[in-house]
Parts: sequence; C-alpha cells; structure tokens
Amino acid sequence: MGRLIDLCKQKLGGAVLSAHEQHGDETVVIRKDAMLTALRWLRDDNDTKFDFMMDLTAVDYFGTRPRDERFEVVYHLFSLTHNHRLRVKIPVAEADPAVESAATVWKAADWFEREVWDMYGIVFKGHPNMKRILLYEEFEGHPLRKDYNIRKRQPLIGPEN
Amino acid sequence: MENKNRLDLNTELMVLNMGPSHPATHGTVRFFLKLDGEKVVHMETEIGYLHRGFEKHCENGTWTQAFPFTDRLNYCSAPQNNVAYALAVEKLLGVTDKVPPRAVYIRTIMCELSRMADHYTNLGAATLELGALTAFIYFVEARELTWDLIESVCGARLTSNYIRVGGLASDLPEGFAARVKEVFAKNRVFWDEFDKLLTHNRIFLDRMRDTGGISRADAISYAFTGPCLRAAGVEYDVRKAFPYLAYRDVDFDIPIGTTGDNFDRYLVRMEEIKQSMRIVEQCLLQLPSGPININDASVRNPSKEDGKTYMESMIFHFKNTIEGIQVPKGEAYVATEGTNGEVGFYLVSQGGGKPWKCRVRPPCFALTQAIGHMCTGHYLSDIIPTFDMINLIGGECDR
Repeated sequence: MGRLIDLCKQKLGGAVLSAHEQHGDETVVIRKDAMLTALRWLRDDNDTKFDFMMDLTAVDYFGTRPRDERFEVVYHLFSLTHNHRLRVKIPVAEADPAVESAATVWKAADWFEREVWDMYGIVFKGHPNMKRILLYEEFEGHPLRKDYNIRKRQPLIGPEN
Repeated sequence: MENKNRLDLNTELMVLNMGPSHPATHGTVRFFLKLDGEKVVHMETEIGYLHRGFEKHCENGTWTQAFPFTDRLNYCSAPQNNVAYALAVEKLLGVTDKVPPRAVYIRTIMCELSRMADHYTNLGAATLELGALTAFIYFVEARELTWDLIESVCGARLTSNYIRVGGLASDLPEGFAARVKEVFAKNRVFWDEFDKLLTHNRIFLDRMRDTGGISRADAISYAFTGPCLRAAGVEYDVRKAFPYLAYRDVDFDIPIGTTGDNFDRYLVRMEEIKQSMRIVEQCLLQLPSGPININDASVRNPSKEDGKTYMESMIFHFKNTIEGIQVPKGEAYVATEGTNGEVGFYLVSQGGGKPWKCRVRPPCFALTQAIGHMCTGHYLSDIIPTFDMINLIGGECDR
C-alpha cells in the first residue's frame, strides 16, 4: 500500500472506508459525515499538504452498485510542496444525494461543485450559490446520470418533442 | 465616492451585461457587472453557452470514438487533448511502456507545435482586442506557418484526430524535419517582431501591467495551472513535475513570473513559444526510427494491408471497430500540461468497449472562475486584457 494511504488510515482512522492503489494512483474512500474534517486535514497537515484541488467530479454507478452507494464524488488532490497526488472518493446514496461543500477549503471547489450539481444532481450543503452552471435554469433532470437518456430532448433546445 | 463635493452626484450602481457575444471577448461568455462609474463593484460570470455534452457522448461511444470529441475541447491545440486521452486509456490498459519510442517522440513534437499555435492564437487575439491590429496579423501569420506543419502531418489544421490508443494515425511526412527548420527560422524572426511591437510598447504596457493580478496563495486555492499559475510565481509544470512522453529526455526551461498580472502572463507565454521550439528541435534530432504503433492488435488496429491479407487481422479490425477496444475494469487519472494548464483525464472503466466515465479536467474552467475575483475593484476596461490572458476556450470550459 502507498505511503499516503497508510498516513490517511493512521490519522483518519474510522473515516477511511477503504483504500486502493491502481496504476500508481492512490485512492482513499472516506465516510460522508467525516469528509469535511478529512479534506481540511489533507489540506493542512504538513505530511499531506494538498493545497490544490485539481479536479472534482462524480461518477454514477447506476445498475452496478447497490442504491445506497450509487454515486461517488471524486476529488483529485495535488500537493505542490510534496509533488504527490491523491484521489478521495465519497460514496453517496441515491435517496440522499447531498454532501458537504468544500468551497471553504479550496476556492476552486465553488464552480466544480456547481457542475456536479448540474450534471448529477448532488447537492453540496453550505455552498454559497448552488445553481446550475453549464445548463440553463429551466433544464429538467441531470444529464450525466446513467438513467438520463442521451436522446432525451428538452423544451428549450433541440427539435420539439 | 468619499469626496464631499461629490455627495450630490447620483451614485447609483449601474448594471451592465457584457456578452454573451461581445466584440472584445473571444468566446461566448456573459459577464454580469455592477459598476460604480468605471469601477467594477460586482462581477458574475456565466458560462455554458458551448456545452454540448462531451462526457455523455463519450460514454455512449467506443473508446476510440472519443478522439474526435477530444479534438473539440481546446480546439486551438487539439493534439494535446488527443494525447492526454490516449495516455489515460493506455494507463488503464497497462500498456504505457509498450508504446513505441518513435510514437512517443512524434506525440511530443505535435504537443509542442500545438502549444506554439495556441499561444500565437491567444496572444494574437489579445492584441487584437486591445487594438493592436498589426501585431495580430503577425501572430496569425506565425500561427498559419505552424498550423501548416500540423496539417502536413495529419491533414487537418484544427481538429487533428491524429493520436490513437497505442500509437498514431500516420507517420511523419517526408522532409518534415527540413520543413520545421524552415518554419522555425521564420517563426524566430516573427518572435523578434512581436517582441519589438509589444514588449516595450507603452500602450500595451499600460493595458497589461498591474491589471488582472492574483496572489500566489489565491492562484493555488483557485487551482490555477499553466501560464497563469507560473506568472504568479509558482513553479509547477506537469512536464517537469510528472514527466510524461519524451519530456524527460529533452532540455527546456520553465519561465516563471513574479507579479501574476497580465503582463507577466504575456511574458510567460512568449517565452514558452521559444521553449517549445527548442523541444521540437531536440525531439527531431533524437527521433528514433521504428514502428509508430503498439504491436498488439487488440489495442491498435493492424495495418490496412494486413487487414486485407490476414484473416486474423481482419477480425481484430472488425472487433475493435464494432465492440471497441476491451479495457479492463478500473480507474485512472492522467495529468498533462496543456497550453492553458493541467489537462487531466479521469477515466472509469467497468470493462468492455465503452468508457463508463470520461471526465476531462478543463484548465480554463478553474481560471475563468477567478475572473470576478481578479477584476472586482478595477476598471471596466481591465476586464478585456484579463479575459484575454485567461484564454477561455469555450470548447474546453463548457465541454
């Protein structure tokens, strides 16, 4: 197991649900209720120092995983000080698609979280401005969910239904 | 408005909509401004006008079919997106080390040529929007010469669709090195011209210097990457931090700014053009001979000749096209240095011929987010150079 994974397990204890290293990418899966503390610690601790939130997205495992872990919110973190990277994943249930906002941890999180809300319908609690970013307000549904048909047409775009 | 003499003046804030189609902004983006005189008090940025469902389309096609979509992300430097995506799929397949060295070098050359073309486009558009039409014409000429090189390799100027998983679509054309030499000689003359026209130009300096600045700490928190981050004094370039392709074998420098303002961003980009030429020249000198495609028919289609001669090759052709390359279950993130910053691909495979998730980390999305932060408290006219130096590319930002 990678050094970062060991460090996370040691410091975060029960908050780490699982961890794996694949193709050289270290990944930790963190419990939803402990995520904000964990992300803050990852940013501030001298051994991790993840000052960059490079990417934030979500994955919909519709039909391949149980419904209470249908979504995964995925953070890609990078540390300029240590030149290392870590992937952090938070499982999210279909019935309660909401996680804590990390906009207070990294300023970059603001727009990235709005995009995840727009595309997957996952709410970021505590976000200063939780509205759609790429699509328009009247758009119905969240297009990157696997149960959103690619051929579906919306009233304001495309030919009439 | 603290001045007592001006208390009688009507000081209501003016609301101004800039865009989505504004002559001084390239790309469709809308700024919602509140102005106190000419000072920006509040600024909101609205993007998404070029959203076309990149990820959804990728998820509904085979791994190979995603290439033309990646071209249309940052369309000023399409080969870089191709390369980033190909590297991510190769990482998932576990064949990164098996891609032939010649292909790796040609990929590096294409990445750097497109970096030059992209910087020319960006700086050209910026000067145009600041009123320097002459400089724009020079930049476009230099860009055309560079695009001619790219066109001679893959037949297209913008949407190259040149890189494949495990190799390339075709080898370099005959006499490519000689043509590069010729074009670079001209480009160097042009470079000196740009430098003379702009770097000490009083009007240009007044518009660029001390405008749109951002502190080092804020740039990091906003996840800036690329020239805008380096202009703020942070030494981070994926090509040095996590060397990929042939960047380990070539010698080049990373220009770093000090103040993080628009002028530093311009200087960083100008120097990067020079460094890209250095990289291309070294790559051409060290260019290995040999095959350009991986020797694995389940990853990269056998040659057309083989496909028409051998039964097995034809079967691979058929299966790779109809079912797609079979990528094992897993996930991978690959970071590459695009012209605007870190272009990262996060791919998830559930096994089979289609990506389950194909996420691209768009560098200018993070940059555009901070434009309100950079412009608030400054003059309305400073938005133009700041927006230019952010280099928003709608295709990449809105996907």
